Amino acid sequence: MARILDRRRLVPNLHLIEVHAPEVARKCRPGQFVILMADERGERIPLSIADWDAKRGSVTSVFLAVGTTTHKLARLQAGDEIPVYVGPLGRPSEIENFGTVLLAGGCFGIGAIYPLARALKKAGNRVLTVIDVKANYLLYWEEKLRAVSDRVFVAARDFALNSEQYIPAKITEILAAEPKVDRAIAIGCTYLMYTCAMATKPRGIKTIVSLNPIMVDGTGMCGACRCTAAGRTRFACVDGPDFDGHELDWDELFKRRKSYFEDEIRSLCQWERTAFP
Amino acid sequence: MTEDKKEMPPETKSRLKAEHEREWRQELRKASPVKERMKAARQKMPERPPDERNRDFREVNIGLDAASAQAEARRCWDCANPQCVAGCPVGIDIPSFVKLIEQGKFLEAAWKLKETNSLPAICGRVCPQETQCEDVCSAKKATGVPVAIGNLERFAADFERTGGSIVIPPLPPPTGHRVAVVGAGPAGLTVAGDLAKLGHRVTIFEALHISGGVLIYGIPEFRLPKAILKAEVDYLTKLGVEIRTSFVVGKTATLDDLRAEGYEAFFIASGAGLPNFMKIPGENLVGVYSANEYLTRVNLMKAYDFPNYDTPVFPARRAAVIGGGNVAMDSVRTAKRLGAERAIIVYRRSLQEMPARIEEVHHAEEEGIEFQFLTTPIRYIGDDKGRIRAMECLRMGLGEPDASGRRKPVPLEGSEFTTEVDMVVVAIGQSPNPLIPQTTPGLKMGKWGNIDVDWKTMATSLEGVYAGGDIIRGGATVILAMGDGRVAAAEIDAYLKSRPCP
Repeated sequence: MARILDRRRLVPNLHLIEVHAPEVARKCRPGQFVILMADERGERIPLSIADWDAKRGSVTSVFLAVGTTTHKLARLQAGDEIPVYVGPLGRPSEIENFGTVLLAGGCFGIGAIYPLARALKKAGNRVLTVIDVKANYLLYWEEKLRAVSDRVFVAARDFALNSEQYIPAKITEILAAEPKVDRAIAIGCTYLMYTCAMATKPRGIKTIVSLNPIMVDGTGMCGACRCTAAGRTRFACVDGPDFDGHELDWDELFKRRKSYFEDEIRSLCQWERTAFP
Repeated sequence: MTEDKKEMPPETKSRLKAEHEREWRQELRKASPVKERMKAARQKMPERPPDERNRDFREVNIGLDAASAQAEARRCWDCANPQCVAGCPVGIDIPSFVKLIEQGKFLEAAWKLKETNSLPAICGRVCPQETQCEDVCSAKKATGVPVAIGNLERFAADFERTGGSIVIPPLPPPTGHRVAVVGAGPAGLTVAGDLAKLGHRVTIFEALHISGGVLIYGIPEFRLPKAILKAEVDYLTKLGVEIRTSFVVGKTATLDDLRAEGYEAFFIASGAGLPNFMKIPGENLVGVYSANEYLTRVNLMKAYDFPNYDTPVFPARRAAVIGGGNVAMDSVRTAKRLGAERAIIVYRRSLQEMPARIEEVHHAEEEGIEFQFLTTPIRYIGDDKGRIRAMECLRMGLGEPDASGRRKPVPLEGSEFTTEVDMVVVAIGQSPNPLIPQTTPGLKMGKWGNIDVDWKTMATSLEGVYAGGDIIRGGATVILAMGDGRVAAAEIDAYLKSRPCP
């Protein structure tokens, strides 16, 4: 059992969840994830770690309310308990002084790139952060990211922000202006990571993406999260979640991500019927 | 990765002899002559009808009743040289418990079992008795039909559990020593029980959220009801064993972290949690599962009750399961129960070479499972959504026996054919899980990714660190894992006693 310390809506549909998990907080490194279950009948799902506090013994994630588990999570309050919260899982991201690093985050990934920005900045990198939002009212953690980045860019399809760019266009623009970018890291939905990797490809900039495929145990036992990187089958839970975005079989990833598309809708409808009778 | 076949140690032989000579045993032997005992037919294990049981997940075998258990026990003539004990990987005093059943002393029979086997209700169900104790039974040698030792073991253990008479043995004063057990599967549970009974403070660290390891995520309800496992785990907690679920040793804390927290000895039983694939085209199509994933979804996550439980699983119409072991049988019978019109075993050798238990193959046949022998998949074919729709296979012939003694399958050229399937489960074996080896510096490894141990003591290359079960053997059996646990517990106890009290 793990106790919820905080659960807040950051912007419409995106929530923050802070969980009391002192052992996870003590061990976690940027780039890792946890697996949780929202209740006893729940599914085990992975969430990227967006922050942690070893002293408070807490771990924070940002998630999009999209399926049954995340809708259940979105209704939790401080003091509630969830039956499963296990981690930190996956290999930590490589953190060293690369030079200039471009970080791209969208959706829950805006939160998930925060620990990377912080660690990379501390390691001496020049950190350029790009946030992707559909509209200005979906922007969160901008100030938090500014504090650990040299520059923060917002890519939005929103005239209120005087911007109508999807993130790859913004990345192309930044790369054109920057003399040298040594590494790029993108976290968000599969499509965002794919487009970011495609945007950096012409310049040959090594681009790391943090995969979040369907998982069950998260310890390498089941193989649900397998993907193909550089022609080899890898398990995202133990070999990743970080992979070189230029070496991935993206088509396979997109298809595997949708394995249970119809079941997910059925499950959510069933939950709605019971949660809102 | 196997040890040499063990001769019975002399002290076991003399202990068995002393039991054999007890007055009550002598009287029992006199009561009915060997010839009479030999004539009696083996009591059949009652089963639920195939067409009923292949639609649900309730247990297939019903279990012997008291009268038939006693009748079956009477078939054993209590021979002077009980080879069955040597055939048992944990050396259960089989004649004693069988003779107690014959006398109607069912509880005493269960306690006798528990002297050497902490999980008899489980072993009575999932042990391959036909290749162990029952294979060397004197009744088999004389009449061709062994005493149903496994069914009797199950009977005694069930009698104790369902009667609510599980007794917590008196525990010695705490020694103050702390032991960390990694993995709550059969090996880990055995070690924990043994060490707790010796007064040590034991904590089991389990990565999943429910204890049991392969007994919970792998073996289906229809073969091993989860309530039995729960009773065994509850028993351990009553012995004072602490179980920390959702704790991944190697990630949540390393072995070194735990040592720093005051744990003095370790038993690594993290299992064969790494599924093998064949590395053929199309293996990552949607609808191609590892057996581990398929069974975990259904057993641990209860996907058979989706959407009442949130975890889904494909309701296959035409399911193919690749492999011929017990895991393959469990998977294919599960697919049938989830509504598959056709559930097919695809195995590259023939029935004779199949490693699955005969009972499981037999049950599968009764339930309408199809078998395609001498066949191997070479490619999976997907639709435009990346979902599997067919598989291309190759026919095999059998060549000379290989290292395993089984005839080696040889592909027959030009024999390719395509079968329509909408789900495939790959059940061709597992490798040891790499998480602990990767995060434990100095731990000596074998060539299959297994942890290297001294087979006499289960000691690894690190002081105070022992290992057992599938992490040292690859994919083996529940009873071998428990045997490892038993050996390791004795060694760990000796190791702790050699140290000053903390």
